Amino acid sequence: MPAVQETVDRVRAIDVDQYRWGFSTSIESEKAPKGLSEEVIGFISGKKGEPQWLLDWRLEALRRWRTLEEPNWARVHHPKIEYDELYYYAAPKKGGGPASLDEVDPELLKTFEKLGIPLKEQAVLAGVEGARVAVDAVFDSVSVATTYKEELAKAGVIFCSISEAVREHPELVRKYLGSVVPVTDNFFATLNSAVFTDGSFVYLPKGVRCPMELSTYFRINEQNTGQFERTLIIADEGSYVSYLEGCTAPKRDENQLHAAVVELIALDNAEIKYSTVQNWFPGDKEGKGGIYNFVTKRGDCRGKNSKISWTQVETGSAITWKYPSCILRGDNSQGEFYSIAVSNGHQQVDSGTKMLHLGKNTVSRIISKGIAAGHSDNTYRGLVSAHRKASGARNFTNCDSLLIGQDCGAHTVPYIESKNASAVFEHEATTSKIAEDQLFYCTQRGLNEEEAVALIVNGFVKDVLQQLPMEFAVEAQKLIAVSLEGSVG
Amino acid sequence: MLEIRNLHAEIDGKPILKGVTLAVKPGEVAAIMGPNGSGKSTLSYVIAGKDEYEVTKGEVLLDGENILGIDPDQRAAKGLFLAFQYPLEIPGVATMTFLKAALNAQRKKRGEEEIAPADFIRSVNRVADKLGISREMLRRALNVGFSGGEKKRMEILQMALFEPRMCVLDETDSGLDIDALRIVAEGVNALRAKDRAFLVITHYQRLLSHIVPDTVHVMADGRIVKSGGPELASELEAKGYADFAAQTAA
Repeated sequence: MPAVQETVDRVRAIDVDQYRWGFSTSIESEKAPKGLSEEVIGFISGKKGEPQWLLDWRLEALRRWRTLEEPNWARVHHPKIEYDELYYYAAPKKGGGPASLDEVDPELLKTFEKLGIPLKEQAVLAGVEGARVAVDAVFDSVSVATTYKEELAKAGVIFCSISEAVREHPELVRKYLGSVVPVTDNFFATLNSAVFTDGSFVYLPKGVRCPMELSTYFRINEQNTGQFERTLIIADEGSYVSYLEGCTAPKRDENQLHAAVVELIALDNAEIKYSTVQNWFPGDKEGKGGIYNFVTKRGDCRGKNSKISWTQVETGSAITWKYPSCILRGDNSQGEFYSIAVSNGHQQVDSGTKMLHLGKNTVSRIISKGIAAGHSDNTYRGLVSAHRKASGARNFTNCDSLLIGQDCGAHTVPYIESKNASAVFEHEATTSKIAEDQLFYCTQRGLNEEEAVALIVNGFVKDVLQQLPMEFAVEAQKLIAVSLEGSVG
Repeated sequence: MLEIRNLHAEIDGKPILKGVTLAVKPGEVAAIMGPNGSGKSTLSYVIAGKDEYEVTKGEVLLDGENILGIDPDQRAAKGLFLAFQYPLEIPGVATMTFLKAALNAQRKKRGEEEIAPADFIRSVNRVADKLGISREMLRRALNVGFSGGEKKRMEILQMALFEPRMCVLDETDSGLDIDALRIVAEGVNALRAKDRAFLVITHYQRLLSHIVPDTVHVMADGRIVKSGGPELASELEAKGYADFAAQTAA
């Protein structure tokens, strides 16, 4: 059977090559016992030295979660997730928390280097105006390195891990945690509420424009560890923040569950811009072993004239179940959703947004670009609704799908509900294929097929890429090209 | 420069080219005329390397090298250019971006350095001015929303920019009004040079009164049935293709 072995080896080689960032570091971790129980939650909460109210909050979530069923309405298929077989907590050993980068495990720094996160360089570049990006690097579940804290502190911005926020700013956490995504919101959010391990916390005081873009890179690194990030961003009256979230994950054989919750709160005249580049392991050629990404992201435009903007570039994960949404509560508030979702191989993407117009003259805009290649399925699912008090609500939705090859699928499922006669909702949708003729035209002009596909795809997603901060856009563009490698020919 | 020997090609099992033999020398402008369905466009696609056509017999030599086995982008890098009858639209990709990507891809394949951005912009602007292509058009997505004439001018712009040595023009006159035709023809004439050859495919004689060929070949039913000088074009214009069609049928 040498021929078979050769094929297997070749497939393996292709996989490794395709997932460029598929490596893992060997840092010992401290795990909670397997499975989900009051004890495990007590362990997590105790590990983090949490106050009683938070432990109670978690236990309440667990109690509610046990009564919920996993949702099945999304256009995704996967083997049953055995929640009792997962580990819900893993922290890199070496506790105590390093006081500076020098104290950070060199293994960890190497990982960041491979990812191209210039933590060290940043210290060197500290004097460079306008090029500063603070990184709260979350490695597995615990924040181990935070930079630029002082600079931000000067402006009054709080940017730290949520565990730290629980200790240092309990009044803010207690006031806002779960106020956008309630404990009982949905199966995965409830699970997250029970077991969330860490994540980021940002608070912008009144009138403060954040002096730099805030960025968190995180990657899943512990085999069999569900990742339950919890992010909470509060922009007080008249403040502004741009937050970047980017992640890659090491290659794994077993499926990894990821159920994050992100809550954004914008008060009067505040603006939050939240950008994501997501590149988790999508699974191998047969579609095995990728990340399951069940995320609840929601922003609350709580104040008048507030604005929340989601931009996402999704290229990874075996399954993506994700609907960054905006509750447009304040009068004249604005919500935006710009999305590029690329699927290749056997990836399944069911993603979109919800724009809930509650206040008067609220405006929302949705630009979604889905690109399906290989054997993947790519679904846009969106809800735009106007409450009966939402007079003058306006929405514009543009949903385009691009198909590459014969075996993939693109689906658009828009829900539109208006209870106010003065609301104006517009919806545009197109589905197109990269035509053979288009490819031939480009190759006749000297581009090879992969360059041609990359160029055509970049043209297709341009409207969304423009929404990303410059350096992120460049990264995203590369990522899209890498994700689609081998999709033609 | 270009030599086609007994070329047979088919699409979906249907033979289209049935033994085309033709040679174009450096500096020569050769025209191919023929009725619809005679295989003119197929010939241009096969020369450029379009996938869906299967070559069953024969050779296409560029500078003595058989190019049938190599990819279209490699052929382009070797100096082969096809001006399309229906240029394709590339939404969201600015014309300048496309031109630069294509030019640099060709240069890279030839082992040359990327063009300096300033030189690139200067070259594009120079050619664009001659062809009456505005800066605004260069910023727009390639061919998107362009009129038929604008698309054809954009093809000639690319031809001028890439400086290919073997240019194949497929029905470049179709859909052009007389003014656009003149601009396009002037663009082509300006590129005539002793080390560059043209193969001009057309249904009508009118293009050939603007781009005067050195030789004219008549194609019918997948073969070259007659060759001659420029006077052959006028003869065809007067008599039509009926005679040749009858000839091949016989």
